[in-house]
Amino acid sequence: MKFKLVPIAALLSLAFASPAALAQKKYDQGASDTEIRIGNTNPYSGPASAYGTIGKAIAAYFKMVNEQGGVNGRKVNFLSYDDGYSPPKTVEMVRKLVEQDNVLFVFQTLGTPCNTAIHKYMNMTKVPQLHVATGATKWNDPKNFPYTMGWQPNYQTEGRVYAQHIMKNYPNAKIGILYQNDDYGKDYLKGMKDGLGAKVSMIVKEVSYEVSDPTVDSQIVQLQASGADTFFNITIPKFAAQAIRKAYDIGWKPVHYLNNVSSSIATTLTTAGLDKSVGILSSGYLKDQTDKQWANDPAIKAWEAFMKKYYPEGNLLDSSNVYAYTVASTLHQVLKQAGDNLTRDNIIKQASSMKGFRVETMLPGIRINTDQDDFAPIESVQLMKFDGKKWEFFGEVLGK
Amino acid sequence: MSKRQLIVVAVLLAAACILPFVVSNYRTFQFTLVLVYSIALLGLNILTGYNGQISLGHGAFYAIGAYATAIMMDKFGVPYWATLPIAGAVCLVVGFLFGLPALRLEGLYLALATFALGVSLPQLLKYHHLEKWTGGVQGIVIAKPAAPASLTGLGLPLNPDRWLYFFTLAVTLVMFVLAWNLLRGRIGRAMVAIRDQHVAAEAMGVNNAMVKSLTFGVSAMYTGIAGALGAIAVQFVAPDSFNIFLSIVFLVGIVIGGLASISGAVYGALFIQFVPNIADEISKAAPWAIFGVFLIAFVYVMPMGIAGAVRMGMARLSRKRQNN
Repeated sequence: MKFKLVPIAALLSLAFASPAALAQKKYDQGASDTEIRIGNTNPYSGPASAYGTIGKAIAAYFKMVNEQGGVNGRKVNFLSYDDGYSPPKTVEMVRKLVEQDNVLFVFQTLGTPCNTAIHKYMNMTKVPQLHVATGATKWNDPKNFPYTMGWQPNYQTEGRVYAQHIMKNYPNAKIGILYQNDDYGKDYLKGMKDGLGAKVSMIVKEVSYEVSDPTVDSQIVQLQASGADTFFNITIPKFAAQAIRKAYDIGWKPVHYLNNVSSSIATTLTTAGLDKSVGILSSGYLKDQTDKQWANDPAIKAWEAFMKKYYPEGNLLDSSNVYAYTVASTLHQVLKQAGDNLTRDNIIKQASSMKGFRVETMLPGIRINTDQDDFAPIESVQLMKFDGKKWEFFGEVLGK
Repeated sequence: MSKRQLIVVAVLLAAACILPFVVSNYRTFQFTLVLVYSIALLGLNILTGYNGQISLGHGAFYAIGAYATAIMMDKFGVPYWATLPIAGAVCLVVGFLFGLPALRLEGLYLALATFALGVSLPQLLKYHHLEKWTGGVQGIVIAKPAAPASLTGLGLPLNPDRWLYFFTLAVTLVMFVLAWNLLRGRIGRAMVAIRDQHVAAEAMGVNNAMVKSLTFGVSAMYTGIAGALGAIAVQFVAPDSFNIFLSIVFLVGIVIGGLASISGAVYGALFIQFVPNIADEISKAAPWAIFGVFLIAFVYVMPMGIAGAVRMGMARLSRKRQNN
C-alpha cells in the first residue's frame, strides 16, 4: 500500500503543478517520443580514474531500464565522455554534449573543479546540471544557480554532525584532525569548526597531507604527540587505512571519527585490519554491500543481480557501484515524474519537488527531500560504530 | 617568403576567417583552443626545436599565464585584452630567471629540472597563503568577453564564441609573425648554432649563456600568452587544469607537428586537440591505448613530424613537375 501511493502522489503533484502537461507532450532539445538524451562526463582516465566506474555503472543501469521498456515508453540514451578530471576538458566535452549531441540535460558530472568550470555555462544556457557527483556545499544555491543540483549529503553537513556528537558526548575532548589538503578536506574541516562554534578551541592540532604523499605516518605521530584524545580522520580510503593501522601500531587510542568517504568495510577497514578498526565511529547514507548485515537485504540482492547481468566487469566490492545505482535510480524517478513534459525547466522542477523519496539501497530512515529553495537532495546521515564485523547504527537519523 | 607561400598563407587565412561562420559554436570553441595550443607549441618549439633545450615543464608557464590573466580579471577588473601583454611579461621574466640557473644543466638534466617545475606548480597554486589570489583548489571563474559593441552594432554576426576565435586568431598571427622574424634572423641563427654545435657557436662570438636564457624567457612568454588566452576561452582556472600531463602533451605536440618548424606548431595543435577525442570515441575502455597507437603510427609514417612530411610531399610534387 505504501508503495502504491508514491506514483499516485507523484501524479497528483504533477497534475497540480502543470495541468497542461498531462494533456499534451512538451519537449526541449534532446527529448522526443522515443528518446531522452542525457549527457555525462567522467574521469575514465587520469588521476581520478577510480571513479570512472560510476559512469559505467550508470550506463549499465539505463541499459537495464531500456530493456525493461524505458521511461514512459522512451529509451534513455546516456552519453558519457572522458574528461580525465581536467576542468578545461570538461568544458569542451559538456559543450559538445549540449551543442552538438543536443542532450536534454547533464547528469552526475564528476568532480568539484570540473563542475565549477561548467557551473556558469549550464546556468547561462539553462541546461540542468543535475545531481553532480561532488560533496561540495555550493551546489545548493537555487537563487543564483537555478539549474544546478547536488545529490549526496555535503561534507560540511557531515562534519557538523560529528561536532555535535563530540560536544554532547565528549565535552572535554581534545580534537586532532588529519585532512586532505583540497576542497574536499577543507569542506569537512569547515563543517567541524562551524559545528563546534564557540568551542572551536577544542581542536588542539590540525595536520594535512597531499593526495600525492606516500604515507600519513608522520602526521599520525604528530597528532599523538599533540595530546589529542579524539581523532577526526578526513582521508580517502588509501590514507584512512594507513592512519588506522599507524594509530593502532603506536598505541594511540583516540575516539576515532572516520569520514563517510572511507567508511567501506572492504576498501578501508579490511585493508587496515578489522581488529584494528574496532570502535571507529562514522556515518553513512548508503548500505555498505560489503557489510555482512546486508547480505540478505532484498535491495542489495537486487543490486547484485543488476551488477551480474548488466555490468559483470564491475567490482562488487567497490561502493561507487552502489552509489551509481542509487543516484541513477533517483534520476529514474525524476524522469518518471516528468512524464510527457520533457522540458529542461520541468526536469529541474521535478528534481526539486521530491518528497520523502527513497531508494532501498539507502540506509533506513534516509530520504530525499527537495523544494524550490532546497536543492540538496540527501541531507541526513546515520551515525554508526564498527564492532569488528559490521557497522552498528545508533541514535536517530541526523540532519533533515 | 616566396610568392607561392604567400598565396598559401593568404588562402589559409581566408579559410580561417570563414570557418566560425560555417561550423557550430562548439567547433568554433575547439578551433579557438587549437589556436591557443599552437601558440604554446610554438613557444616550446623555439626552445626545444630551435635551441635544443628539452622542457618537460612548459605546462607550468601555461598555468602562470592563465593565472596571471584570471587574477587580473577577477581581482582587479582589468579588461581581458590588456591582461595578455602583462601575462606574457610575467612569464618572460619567470622563464628568463628559471633559464639562468638551468643553463648549467644540459639535455636530460634540464629536462628533469623543468619536470620538477611542472609537477610542483599545481601544488604551489594550492598553497594557502596564496589562496586569496589563486582561489586555492576552487580556482577562479572568469567572465566570458563579448564582442565590442562597435562591431556588433554594425550588424556583424559575432557571438562571444566567434569573437573570441577572431581575437585569438589575431593574437596568433601576431605571435607567429614575430616568431618568424626572430627565427630567420641573427638570433634565430645563433639559437640553431648553439643547438647544433655549442662550442663552435661560442667560438663564432655567440654569447651562449645570454642567448639560451633569453630563448627560455621568450619561449615561456609564448606559452604564457597561450595560457592567458586559454583561461579566457575556458573561463576557469584551477590547479587540476595544469597537471604534469599538460607539459607532456605539449612535448608530444611539437614532435608530432615537426621540430624546428613554425607551421609544425599548428599541425601539433590540431593533433593534441582532436586525436584524444577521436581515441575516446573509438574506445571508452582504453582511450590512451588508442592514442598510443596513433602516436606510434605518426612517428613511423612521418619521422620528421607532420611539417616534415608536408615539406617532403611538396618537394616531390615540384620535382615531378620539373621532370615533366
